[in-house]
Amino acid sequence: MHVANSVKETGTRAAKLTREQYLDLYYYMQLNRQLEDRMVRLFRQNKIVGGLYSSLGQEAVSVGTAYALEPKDWLAPMIRNIGALLVKGFKPRDIFTQHMAKYTSPTFGKDGTSHFGDLKVHHTISPISMLGDLIPVMTGVAMAGRYLGQNIVALTWIGDGGSSTGAFHEGLNFAASQRAPFVLIVENNQWAYSTPVARQVPVKNLADRAVAYGITSKITDGNDVVAVYTTTKEAVEECRAGHGPVLIEVKTHRMKGHAQHDPAEYVPKEMVEYWKARDPIARYEKFLTENKIWDAKTKSEIDTRIEALLDEDQKFAEESPLPPPELAEQGVYCDGCHTIEADWQRSKEELTPPNCSVDAVWEVKSFGSLDPDAAAEMKAAAQAKQPQQLQARPGNGAPPARAEKIAPPTPPKALSNPSAVKAAAEKTAAQEKDALETAAALRVPFGRGPKDRAFREERAQKEKSRRGKRGRR
Amino acid sequence: MAAITMLEGIRQAIFEEMDRDPAVVALGEDIGVYGGAFKVTEGLLARFGPERVIDAPISETAIVGAACGMGYLGLRPIVEMQFIDFIACCFNQVTNFAAKSHYRWGAPVPMVLRGPSGGGVHGGPFHSANPEMYFMHTPGLKIIYPSTAYDAKGLLKSAVRDNNPVLFFEHKYLYRRIKEEIPAEEYTVPIGKAVVRREGKDLTILSYAAMVHTSMEAAEMLAKEGIDAEVIDLRTLLPLDRDAILASVKKTNKLLIVHEDTRTGGIAGEIAALVCEGAFEDLDGPIARVTSLDTPVPYSPPLEERFLPNAEKVAAAARDLAKY
Repeated sequence: MHVANSVKETGTRAAKLTREQYLDLYYYMQLNRQLEDRMVRLFRQNKIVGGLYSSLGQEAVSVGTAYALEPKDWLAPMIRNIGALLVKGFKPRDIFTQHMAKYTSPTFGKDGTSHFGDLKVHHTISPISMLGDLIPVMTGVAMAGRYLGQNIVALTWIGDGGSSTGAFHEGLNFAASQRAPFVLIVENNQWAYSTPVARQVPVKNLADRAVAYGITSKITDGNDVVAVYTTTKEAVEECRAGHGPVLIEVKTHRMKGHAQHDPAEYVPKEMVEYWKARDPIARYEKFLTENKIWDAKTKSEIDTRIEALLDEDQKFAEESPLPPPELAEQGVYCDGCHTIEADWQRSKEELTPPNCSVDAVWEVKSFGSLDPDAAAEMKAAAQAKQPQQLQARPGNGAPPARAEKIAPPTPPKALSNPSAVKAAAEKTAAQEKDALETAAALRVPFGRGPKDRAFREERAQKEKSRRGKRGRR
Repeated sequence: MAAITMLEGIRQAIFEEMDRDPAVVALGEDIGVYGGAFKVTEGLLARFGPERVIDAPISETAIVGAACGMGYLGLRPIVEMQFIDFIACCFNQVTNFAAKSHYRWGAPVPMVLRGPSGGGVHGGPFHSANPEMYFMHTPGLKIIYPSTAYDAKGLLKSAVRDNNPVLFFEHKYLYRRIKEEIPAEEYTVPIGKAVVRREGKDLTILSYAAMVHTSMEAAEMLAKEGIDAEVIDLRTLLPLDRDAILASVKKTNKLLIVHEDTRTGGIAGEIAALVCEGAFEDLDGPIARVTSLDTPVPYSPPLEERFLPNAEKVAAAARDLAKY
């Protein structure tokens, strides 16, 4: 089977970014690197309470992907996606204070590292240490966004290591079966702690996994921020148009150990050198210079701005207090301290009976035969025997169900982009053809089974008439 | 008002909550067209449509994970485990993701995870579980285990409106075996409140779910022998109604705990500790317990009968306790 991967060129021709946006990408990557550089120093001074996980060499992945999202979109970072948090609007002080377990941190010291989020403004979900769990969670975010009419996209990352978890597979399969507007970035940094990717996963590209879920996948150079951005932007637009989910494998390399304590002696020196020569920030600086997007003065201005911000936020974090001990006892339950309210962007009426009521039957599009002509046979069978339209039993005062079949989740909204409109039109035609075929398909009546009285009686009747015939012979 | 079964009470709660609030959605395996393995959700899809009633693949981790995500966007998902035994498949999503979310980063997960539990129906080792104690040990969860149709309906409605992840265990032995009249008008039952099912003065039998009925049966047997037992139905296991437990112990001075869950690490141990901390001086005898055996739930009827507590076993333990 052909894999729908398109290996993206590492060039930047496809990107349509303004000068400010090009400079933004640099700003966030450099901010990410300088922030982590300072945290390494703080770690050595024993000012970081727990572990410190470096994203050195992976800044283009975090920044390029998150930059492709709109503010209303949702993301959930992994431990090395600090750059994505910065793009989403969190401040360096949030990262400093989290690592230093300060009372001023977003979690008030209850959790560390990038384990924090914000539901109201930054639309960011906190990760947990168990890998893969965010995939079903972000699938739910994507489904809820669609349900509420928000036209959002949900995005998260998973490493080469995390792609072996059950949650990865269950989540991706659910997302795919729901056609959820969900982008999964498989951040292949070649190492799951100390185990190389070839010892974890027997496929050439992690993107090949997508075939198993019937979804689109892409592969891109994770050390080329523009390529990462462009590929993600495409995926986000596909999802927003209703063609999700999309899996993107980004090839990159973890330049440090699993965490600060790990010297990563298991990584061949040649491999480190190979990737060092492809450092995402050095490469991008060269690109900006060659394309005359900036000059030395601009670079120095941005670098100065970064230094000043980091000075201020590091000072803030270092001077912040640790949390009061009694805080440990608070906040296990939400006792009305948070108001839970959905942001409805469509009419609730559509989802209120009887408007949302349906005829509860499955559309069966295939009998599952190995016979290539099975579909044709199925249609013939359907035409020979007119489908029996059984109405769902009205339960608990439910009104009579409307004669309407269960449709797949909300259809896509067209994009203003002409090629996308054309694609959408083709898609619609295909859907209409599908619908025609479906109309001819047999329908399984609601609740039909061996325990159903009508079913039993019908079978008994058939049995009786068969015996009768035999008797006559 | 006609008498309804516990299953019907649960069904009504789901229908009413989904009618009340379009943010309430349902997810699970075979809950839509088929109406659920026990037909709890029968008619739900016809009334609320496929956007609100989602037939999911056999992926408990994906279902619970997605419900967490939906909760973050302000929906209130009701998740069905086809049998509660399968909650083991999503243990991580429940205990690490959902339960810790509010404490860690202030993000409530308004999710109800409900499903048929308990033995006595010859379901064997994988369709009879009482897994409440795996979750009792997880701060951040709430656990409800009702024994009547009235409570099941009222507590499930409270659970849907609660801002925390709530595990709602439905004893399948009780689904269609008990019936009672419930009010025509809307009502809820508060989470975290135990109830006295039978007033008594000689000893307290503390129980929940199907064992409340077993305990009541035992109490009637004991009454004929002149032992006046008080029966308390916990209804909510987490948070435990500490005050109700201590008040009854202070009144009767003797405590027998009955649960269908296995013995070691069962809730009886926790309650015994709680009573020792709060009412040791009031005790006139040792805290006793009647529980299932420390084995998996066996399949064959004589084996399961041996495994489970029954009224005779409860009465025998109560008689011993009453002698003090």
